[in-house]
Amino acid sequence: MRIVPFLVSATVTAGLVFTLNIQLKLGGTKAPRLGYFLSPQHGFWKNAEKVNTNFDASILANDLKGDVDVYMDDRLVPHIYADNDEDAYYVQGYLHAKYRLWQMDFQTRVAAGRLSEVAGADKLSIDRFFRRLGMVYGAEQTEAYINEKNPVMKATVDAYTAGVNAYLKQLAPEDVPFEYKLMNFEPESWTPKKTYLFLMFMSYDLTGRSASADLQLTNTRDYLGYDLFDQLYTNQQDSLDPIIPIGTTYAEPSIVPIKPLESDMVYLKKTQQADIAKMVETPEAPDPNNGSNNWAVGGTMTKSGRPILASDPHLGLNLPSLWYEVQITTPTHSTYGASFPGSPAVIIGFNDSLAWGVTNAGRDVLDYYELKFKDTTQNEYWFNGAWKSVTKRVEVIKVKDSADVIENIAMSHYGPVMFDAYYQNPQSNGRNLAVKWTAHNASTGVETFYQLNRAKNMDDYSKAIQLWKCPGQNFVVATKTGDIAIKQQGDFVARWDRQGDFIMPGTDSAYDWQGIIPFEENPMILNPARGFVSSANQKSTDPSYPYYLGTASSFPLYRGISVNQQLTGRTQVTAQDMQALQTNNYNVFAQQARPALMKFVEMNTLSTEAQRMVGMMTQWNLYNDPSEKGITIFKLIWDSVENAVWGDELAGALIPLTKPESFVLLEQMNRDSNFRVADDIRTKDKVESLKDQVRIGIEKATLKCLALEKDNKLSWEAFKATRVLHLTKIPVLSRLNLSIGGGMNIINATGENNGPSWRMVVHLTDEIEAYGLYPGGQSGNPGSPYYDSFIDYWAAGKYYRLLFLPKEKLKQHERTKWHIQFKKSVA
Amino acid sequence: MKFILSIVLVALVTYAIGIYGNLPWWSFVVTNLIIAIALPIKPLQSFIAGALGVGALWAGLAFGIDLANNHILSSKVAQILPLGGSYIALIAVTAIVGALLGGLASLTGSFVRKPE
Repeated sequence: MRIVPFLVSATVTAGLVFTLNIQLKLGGTKAPRLGYFLSPQHGFWKNAEKVNTNFDASILANDLKGDVDVYMDDRLVPHIYADNDEDAYYVQGYLHAKYRLWQMDFQTRVAAGRLSEVAGADKLSIDRFFRRLGMVYGAEQTEAYINEKNPVMKATVDAYTAGVNAYLKQLAPEDVPFEYKLMNFEPESWTPKKTYLFLMFMSYDLTGRSASADLQLTNTRDYLGYDLFDQLYTNQQDSLDPIIPIGTTYAEPSIVPIKPLESDMVYLKKTQQADIAKMVETPEAPDPNNGSNNWAVGGTMTKSGRPILASDPHLGLNLPSLWYEVQITTPTHSTYGASFPGSPAVIIGFNDSLAWGVTNAGRDVLDYYELKFKDTTQNEYWFNGAWKSVTKRVEVIKVKDSADVIENIAMSHYGPVMFDAYYQNPQSNGRNLAVKWTAHNASTGVETFYQLNRAKNMDDYSKAIQLWKCPGQNFVVATKTGDIAIKQQGDFVARWDRQGDFIMPGTDSAYDWQGIIPFEENPMILNPARGFVSSANQKSTDPSYPYYLGTASSFPLYRGISVNQQLTGRTQVTAQDMQALQTNNYNVFAQQARPALMKFVEMNTLSTEAQRMVGMMTQWNLYNDPSEKGITIFKLIWDSVENAVWGDELAGALIPLTKPESFVLLEQMNRDSNFRVADDIRTKDKVESLKDQVRIGIEKATLKCLALEKDNKLSWEAFKATRVLHLTKIPVLSRLNLSIGGGMNIINATGENNGPSWRMVVHLTDEIEAYGLYPGGQSGNPGSPYYDSFIDYWAAGKYYRLLFLPKEKLKQHERTKWHIQFKKSVA
Repeated sequence: MKFILSIVLVALVTYAIGIYGNLPWWSFVVTNLIIAIALPIKPLQSFIAGALGVGALWAGLAFGIDLANNHILSSKVAQILPLGGSYIALIAVTAIVGALLGGLASLTGSFVRKPE
């Protein structure tokens, strides 16, 4: 043996193995072990799916009560036929895991504040935020409640969980999803709690904006003083077209919330002078454009005489998609629609009797209360003239390659004390703030969908949604028998005017929530004379509704106006017409704002280039179509004028404040051409008029337009650059720069990274005629042709006909491609 | 003859042990070492045999997978790594990593016994 060469060679070999076996930093969390990653029998190559994969399979599953047949159609949508409900959810869990495992794991890690565990200390601030907001606490409440009080839901979620884990059990290490290999962590068992954490995340996504908005509004009010604040952040919306038509009369409220006596001074701080507070970054807030459209047209308006329902939830556009299509058929029911990987049942869809959809209600269900602690132990706080004790909740955050971080969260009678001596962000401004949020309460929300999947009529629909607490939604329904309705449902706080818009005093029970509005008093519209029902996140009612709905910034105005304008007076409507409406790009905001703006434009005072831009804007056809340039110019000019008008008022803040909503300036322009806010308060020697500000705004915007024009980026699609982002935000796993129109205030609400995440149109004929798709694909594997297979179709505004058939028919359908058999035993 | 046999054996054993996903991806380093001890050849020859055996296996496997996949995944990974999106470069890098490690393992083994 040649010792020296041997040792040298052995050392070099071992060193190379070591080097190739540690994480290679490719930026943040993406750090594969290179040798493992490249090994064709272990690493990413294993995830490169054959383009002509045969998905036929026979799976042995002894947890099942009987055999289950799954037929996969040409879009890889599974049609599950089971002999009993639990087996169906078991198989749904199995298939979710088979196609979306990493996503389910990752999303629930985010919700649980466990991202640092796999991604390192970089993500600690996100984890602390979610822990202290009470995400895990809320999921635990629901889990305990369902385990104790709801055996049917427990069995459902348990069956789903068992299905996910059955897949995990047979999953070979080399076959784990691509992203595990890239980020170098491993799958773990599913639990019911993860399902509830996922639903908590949806509550956060749809109602969590208050977690930053309440702080921001409080700081803005302190900065501007209440009077100016109330003018710029007004709750008055002149052009509102609510979900429940104007003029509807409401019953006397059963709860009359009493406004605390001194609240003008103590809470609204009307007497307080403006104070330059410290203004700062917001915590990661859900996108304010998370909204949706839904509507149903009755038989009087349609060609067939049967209702048509349309629903398109606008959410962040991600890969793998939030949605996964599925048909579930058992002896108790047959349903089809979009499901959430992570949860059993269909969330938005239809069955053989009716169809349903949801939009976000936008109501404020999260408030902050400011606490006064007795001392630094934070064990007692002042409440109603006495010291009240907290309990302490300990949460341990594991951090990759680093020591655990322990959160000691004080639990008040309101809820977790999110901000205190140990946790502040610049916006919380040193305050001790407890969060009260309806999402913290135990909820059987999953049962709402479970029951909707089985609902036969309006009565069943009503019973199903009565269980719904958070996030508040507008549930649209249309039945084969001809009923159409929308009800806004959730646990909504009976509020006095502006209660909870700002941080409330936590020392006095007069500021507590005084009740939850009873189900019967939540707004509802059923078979109206106008022939259709619709919602698009606008305020549900006019001001005659006896309860306060929340700040106007939570309720986009214009999409609702647009939907109602388009539907009013229509006849002979078909499912294709409703598809065209979902993808409609008409800009009703610009229709109102452009002439309002032009009243203040004096062309002869503008530069030549500005005149040319204004010319292009005025010639624009008001459609946000991909190739239009007028919309880009309009948007830049409008934003620029808003900055000119509001900028001076907000300029003194250390960081930019949220601008007032666009409707504020527009309605101000329509009301009064001479309002005092137009004046630039920074120029002492002159009083600017709105005309001056419009001119300044246009000139500034022109410079931006010219720069874009030079780069050939003035067209709307190039400017907007819509993208569907992979959850890790890695560009090559995403789809960038899609050719699609639409945008904010548009029915086709496709923004940069937000938009119609599932488009569905259901015609309630005897054999249901349904269409739909989402911007993604059924497989979550970036190495599969089914990863993003719907995206181009979606961007082009096209639809797939959805196959919803009984087993024998589906089996023989030309679009049915594969058969997965789940067998209880070998027999 | 032993040289050719070594290459074939390295490729076969590397493939066989790779089937067991519970074993570490670098298990072939150990098997290459053992093969090099069992079939002693000159160090340079041994290095080449190990490198060719593993390198060709990895290149072949990657090539076959990539072809059946229409380069869907390789063209993405070749941008993450970063290799300019070239699937050919990615297959080459895969093969080189396998070859280098396979060769070194076999070289190490060749120093244990003198070739007869």
